[in-house]
Amino acid sequence: MPVADNLLAARELMAFTLGFHIILSCIGVALPAMMLIAEYRGLRHGDGEALGLAKLWSKAAAVLFAVGAVTGTVLSFELGLLWPGFMERYGDVFGTGFTIEGIFFFTEAIFIAIYIYGWKRLPGWKHFWTGVPIVIAGIGGAFSVVAVNAWMNTPRGFKLDSAGNPTDVDPLGALFNPATVYEFPHMLVAAYMVVGFGLASIYAVAMLRKPELRRSRRHRLGLLIPLTVGAIMAPIQIFIGDVAARGVFEDQPAKFAAFECINETGPDQTEWIGGICTDGGVEFGIGIPGLDSWLAGFSTDTVVTGLDQIPDDEEPPANTLLHLAFDTMVGIGTALLGLGAWFGFVWWRRREIPQTKWFLRAVAVSGIGAIVALEAGWIVTEVGRQPFIVYGLLRTEDAVTEAGGLWFWFGGAVLLYTALGTAAVIAVRTIARRDRERPDDDDPAGDVPYGPPDPAGPVTVGKAT
Amino acid sequence: MSAADAVFVILVAGATLYAVFGGADFGAGVWQLLSIGDRVPGRRERVQARIGHSLGPVWEANHVWLIFALVVLWTAFGEAFGPIMRTLYLPLALAVLGIVLRGSGFAFGHVFEGRAGRGSENLFALSSLITPFFMGTVVGAIAAGEVEAGGTAGAFEAWTGPLPLLIGVLFVVSCSYVASVFLLDECRRARDDELAAYFSRRAVGAAAVAGALAAVGLLVLRADARFIYDGLLGEGLPLVIASALLGMLTLFGLVREWRRGLRPLAIGAVVAVIAGWAVAQYPYLLPRTLTIEEGAGAEPALTATIIVFGAALAIVVPALAFLYRLAQKQVLE
Repeated sequence: MPVADNLLAARELMAFTLGFHIILSCIGVALPAMMLIAEYRGLRHGDGEALGLAKLWSKAAAVLFAVGAVTGTVLSFELGLLWPGFMERYGDVFGTGFTIEGIFFFTEAIFIAIYIYGWKRLPGWKHFWTGVPIVIAGIGGAFSVVAVNAWMNTPRGFKLDSAGNPTDVDPLGALFNPATVYEFPHMLVAAYMVVGFGLASIYAVAMLRKPELRRSRRHRLGLLIPLTVGAIMAPIQIFIGDVAARGVFEDQPAKFAAFECINETGPDQTEWIGGICTDGGVEFGIGIPGLDSWLAGFSTDTVVTGLDQIPDDEEPPANTLLHLAFDTMVGIGTALLGLGAWFGFVWWRRREIPQTKWFLRAVAVSGIGAIVALEAGWIVTEVGRQPFIVYGLLRTEDAVTEAGGLWFWFGGAVLLYTALGTAAVIAVRTIARRDRERPDDDDPAGDVPYGPPDPAGPVTVGKAT
Repeated sequence: MSAADAVFVILVAGATLYAVFGGADFGAGVWQLLSIGDRVPGRRERVQARIGHSLGPVWEANHVWLIFALVVLWTAFGEAFGPIMRTLYLPLALAVLGIVLRGSGFAFGHVFEGRAGRGSENLFALSSLITPFFMGTVVGAIAAGEVEAGGTAGAFEAWTGPLPLLIGVLFVVSCSYVASVFLLDECRRARDDELAAYFSRRAVGAAAVAGALAAVGLLVLRADARFIYDGLLGEGLPLVIASALLGMLTLFGLVREWRRGLRPLAIGAVVAVIAGWAVAQYPYLLPRTLTIEEGAGAEPALTATIIVFGAALAIVVPALAFLYRLAQKQVLE
């Protein structure tokens, strides 16, 4: 199989499996926090509905963690199976980030089981505290994985010898590379936004379908807790995103020029919103003169590197795709900021969730919106680094495997993950339905993969004999 | 001992923990598969429930040892990791497929009821065969010297010889054996003596098959992986003998229905044979083409790996102990 074809197949396979896993990892990072906020409320105010939500969310988390554990394993192997040239050359430089991730992975795996088991075995606050390590593990895991991705964008922590091999390796220098500083908070807050708006949207949809649920305390709380988190995170994210864009401007000029559609180096660059990038400039876009330079350096005199300064064989592909992905991310982020402000304003004035249908509709689509923004941001950072796997140092085509049959694996992965995603959605819906039908059956451990046997399940047969 | 040697020990330790605990989880799935079609009414459900109970809290932690070993391999020994991935991509990809199917079957089997639940359970059971088998072929191919430093190969050559296939089968049987000992121990604790006897019979059967396969394996090793064979009968011999003795003692205990000690004995037998293998393979990562020193990555990365392993143990051991205690604890009312 020719290298070019293998390269495309390997990139598609990686992009697809990572694009799938990234949603589950956001859930793994941020859902435990929602669960703990609900439990805190429940314990602090003796609020049974809040405790019920915490239990329900912990069940959903257990199933989705299990799926995330296997899709994450796929990615670990893919790094070697698809990109052996990358791992051989730089594995020891960036690998420490992944070994540290192992510790957080263990912590998450053990404490989710403790938390699930603990519902009926540990008293109130003690149980609450067993959930805290899961939240910390989520943050730490996000840090170590994103630090490695940041390293691919701004590789540090080594020198190159005359043969081009890394020497003088400094694992901490690699971990705390320049891009980590903005990529990690950007991804962490993105995870909290995806779960905040995503979880709230589930309750909004239910309230739209069944208007009587708008008065259900359980549903209002289910919408309120995650939406509050999302609304707080949205402005923080706009700020971090702005810092990140300037970081990319400093550290990765080719990526910045590509997603901003800058052809010619110079000051006074126009910020384009939408449109198609062509060699002759942006077509069909809305241009704001000077704004791009101003955003990059707080002055219209800021000189922005254009693609004319980037060697042709080092230019990121799919310029327009990158530009639109970037605009999609920023646009959705801004819309979510607006939604959060709407919610915040009404809450401030009236201490209640806005009651209009339009508000619920906006919340209902915000979850999908946040996921689209997440994927768009991931496209910007990954496609924008091409043709390099390690920016400026190792081309993706030099890292890819020679193994054949990658399109076959890609097709298989699409089929398998479609089934997996469908089953996961049905599983979460099943858990929610059971929760509605059997609200008093409050041992959440009974029917999820980490818990003890369901008291109503088949193990009773064994005990009875 | 050099830093590279220390990390090699960590790698072997991580792989051993995965082989014993992760392996037992796969083995449990094999017993679930073999319980399908059990003629004794209701027994299949009881076996299945016991297996679900046994894996429940720890399956993911057991699985993480695989990720840990993988990450240590690429961080510390990238020069070995690359050729292994290039040469053995097919069995490795199939092993991962097994992990995906098994893990999701297990997860969904807990949630779904009725046909979807049974389907998920059966998927879990059937796919439990896949990962140990292909992991075994990977180990066998490396032992046979099929993975060479800087080398690559076609899709099938490296791992379809007699040795890799035999080790693949041996892995499936050994996992099942360890699982049956664990499960019988669980049954005894739960005072389900009938099911304990059921697993005890299966443990004896699996031990016999594993012993026979190991004997044949030695002959195949002699033919196809002389270096490992010489090592096992040379410097590794005390460990091989220890493994055999522990294995026989376990068998004796099984027959005599010992209430205690079977689990550590079975674990000891597996640990000893893996350690013996590591000693036999030393100083090679890839027998005859890449030594540990040659394949080692940068010194600071090795040091970092050692520190992280220490930290991982410091967190994992007490946390797991807490989880075990909690799982045995009475429910609060």
